[in-house]
Amino acid sequence: MVEFLSFRDGEATQEPSVTVEAFTGQTNSTAVRIEAGEDARELLPHLDRLSLVEVNFPAYGDGRGYSAARILRESGYQGELRAVGDVLVDQIVAMRRCGFDSFHPAKPLDDDAVDRALNRYADVYQKAIDGRTPVWAKRHPETTNG
Amino acid sequence: MKILTGNDLVSGDVIWWAGDGWSRQVGDSADVGERGDDLARTEEAALRVVGAYVIDATVSDDGVRPAHIKDRIRALGPTVRPDLMLKPNDADAGNWVI
Amino acid sequence: MYRYDSYDQSIVDARVEEFRDQVQRRLTGALTEDQFKPLRLMNGLYLQLHAYMLRVAIPYGTLSGKQMRKLGEIAAKYDKGYGHFTTRQNLQYNWIKLADAPDILAELATVEMHAIQTSGNCIRNISSDQYAGVSADEVADPRPWAELLRQWSSFHPEFTYLPRKFKICVIAGDDDRAAMKLHDIGLKLVERDGKIGAEVYAGGGMGRTPMVAPLINDFMPEDEIISYLEACLRVYNRYGRRDNKYKARIKILVHEIGVEEYKRQVEEEFAHMRTLGLNPPVEELDRIRAFFAPPAYDTGLSEDIDRADPAFALWVDRQVAAHKVPGYAIVNISLKPLTGIPGDASAEQIELVATLAEQYSLDELRVTHAQNLVLPHVKKADLYAIWQKLEEAGLAEANLDLITDIIACPGLDYCALANARSIPLAQKIAQRFAAAERQAELGELKVKISGCINACGHHHAGHIGILGVDRRGVENFQLSLGGSGAEDTSLGQITGPGFSEDGVVDAIEKVTDLYLAERESGERFLDTYRRLGMKPFKEAIYG
Repeated sequence: MVEFLSFRDGEATQEPSVTVEAFTGQTNSTAVRIEAGEDARELLPHLDRLSLVEVNFPAYGDGRGYSAARILRESGYQGELRAVGDVLVDQIVAMRRCGFDSFHPAKPLDDDAVDRALNRYADVYQKAIDGRTPVWAKRHPETTNG
Repeated sequence: MKILTGNDLVSGDVIWWAGDGWSRQVGDSADVGERGDDLARTEEAALRVVGAYVIDATVSDDGVRPAHIKDRIRALGPTVRPDLMLKPNDADAGNWVI
Repeated sequence: MYRYDSYDQSIVDARVEEFRDQVQRRLTGALTEDQFKPLRLMNGLYLQLHAYMLRVAIPYGTLSGKQMRKLGEIAAKYDKGYGHFTTRQNLQYNWIKLADAPDILAELATVEMHAIQTSGNCIRNISSDQYAGVSADEVADPRPWAELLRQWSSFHPEFTYLPRKFKICVIAGDDDRAAMKLHDIGLKLVERDGKIGAEVYAGGGMGRTPMVAPLINDFMPEDEIISYLEACLRVYNRYGRRDNKYKARIKILVHEIGVEEYKRQVEEEFAHMRTLGLNPPVEELDRIRAFFAPPAYDTGLSEDIDRADPAFALWVDRQVAAHKVPGYAIVNISLKPLTGIPGDASAEQIELVATLAEQYSLDELRVTHAQNLVLPHVKKADLYAIWQKLEEAGLAEANLDLITDIIACPGLDYCALANARSIPLAQKIAQRFAAAERQAELGELKVKISGCINACGHHHAGHIGILGVDRRGVENFQLSLGGSGAEDTSLGQITGPGFSEDGVVDAIEKVTDLYLAERESGERFLDTYRRLGMKPFKEAIYG
């Protein structure tokens, strides 16, 4: 079983994360935790001092964290982006596509199931954060530069 | 009386707790008393039933009759398809439901 | 029609294998029902009142003969020999075994079909006009847009766990046959300066709190529609309510913050989104469009229809609509036989319609949100032959848009959410008004029945709408008047206290009698209601 899954090079950030409110009110912390419903854009002025953003999923069906992740990545955040909470194996691929690069699920994941999920779909229909080439770009390489 | 119903995990068929196992016939239902929720959990864990829940029912000479129309329709099948109901030859089936 | 390329096929095939794996994990106990439920729902598999129910996607309601035939085969092989066409232009099987579900999906995949996202809080099957491509009033065929959106919305990484389900509709003309403004997002294609773009409507829907969608953008060009929709969905995903599932649809968000504020947030997000390269190139829409190019119509065809057989003539007048190409016609096939179940078709009937589509309709057919079928490209010279075959199969009812062409959800006979049975009521109304002359006299009259507040039977949009409720364990029905799902979209108003099943049929007779007595020349029931208002109808019912 997998308790922690990372797709980053090197060690995971160990610093305990603080709340968004605590983070934006002080200058020395480099790790923050976003709860569902909090505005990821509040972090945008501080991206250069962040090394870890944890995004909490209180329930697997609460999809606000997917938008939070994309907003951070679209704004240039390069640090670790970790999904925590009710994270299921069947959601890892979508989360990767939205820019998450580490996972700390409340319940450990089955290794084989993770492998199968990650390798299941050879193609994707949308451009997202993970750099995968969408099907429409493969169909028209001459106009989309891949 | 309290009876326990649910669907067979594999086939999806509506089933009723008969005391020592599950039956397709509501008439076989056993009174589960206060044990319904425990039974539901055990049987779900054993993969014999899905979506099990306890309902009120009455028993008379005509057999076991769930208290709510929804469960009476579950017990017999769609009232608009008598050919698919569990009592296809019973002209009174519709009245039993309502 | 659109055809899968190797990318589309591999994605659908992968989905089948993924679901096979998930079902296996469920059957062995590796997944609990709580864990499995969201996975099966994303593949359209419900646990319904009697059994598992599988909802198959029919993208924008378009099918080939081969696809239709496969639907019939599955009904015969895995179900009890029939299927149910829904108000979302989809097909539902009522008696599916869990262990068979992966095999059914595999069979669907062989004809380029699937059940992906036919349930769950995600973007659902894209709906459209059943006359797309053959109606004279459209500015363009809406289906290429719908297919573009189908692909964009399939497995969308950000929008698969929305606050609630999300329904999108695309139409392309002034006549609305798809209830566009009653969708979470409705697109109406329009032409401006020689270019095609979309009017975007957001925040419509039925259910507990019905709303007609307001316009939020009057021209979104085709090369930016995806990034604009991403903006619409992102605002909804972030701010739609998640504390109460009855207030979680986008209509509530748009209503609570106001359409201007919603628009402002979308525009702000869009300004950002459009810089991210999310839009497929125009060549992709062109590629899809090529699949929907007009088929090879014959020319020099006769416009004549031999009306010697009066029953045939009646059917032609009611069921056949104008096609934009000379010599051709659109055939509407009623799935509302007077004693039947609205939207149900047997495996044999499905097979027959597949054959008719292949022989007489350039291998194409459509499903309508009113739960009927359409053969879109029929030579007028073939109409009689088609009618004879439909007649033999019990499919030649001539009641399109009449009082017996009733939309009804499956109701309490099949649905675990329902409070009352819709189908027996539909049958009683159909029998009360069965006389053909009486139906014709009443003219266009759309009756829509839902067995619960979720409004799958579109009762809010019925000229006469009926909602089933549970009154202390007894079925009870609320009547509403004045709704419309067409271009003159409106929401019905409840008449007053509810009725028993027989009581509601009586009440309908009273309001239709009043209509016949009070109508002015050329007025439909809906027009008379709008002119007179609720009061006289209420008096007629409750006296």
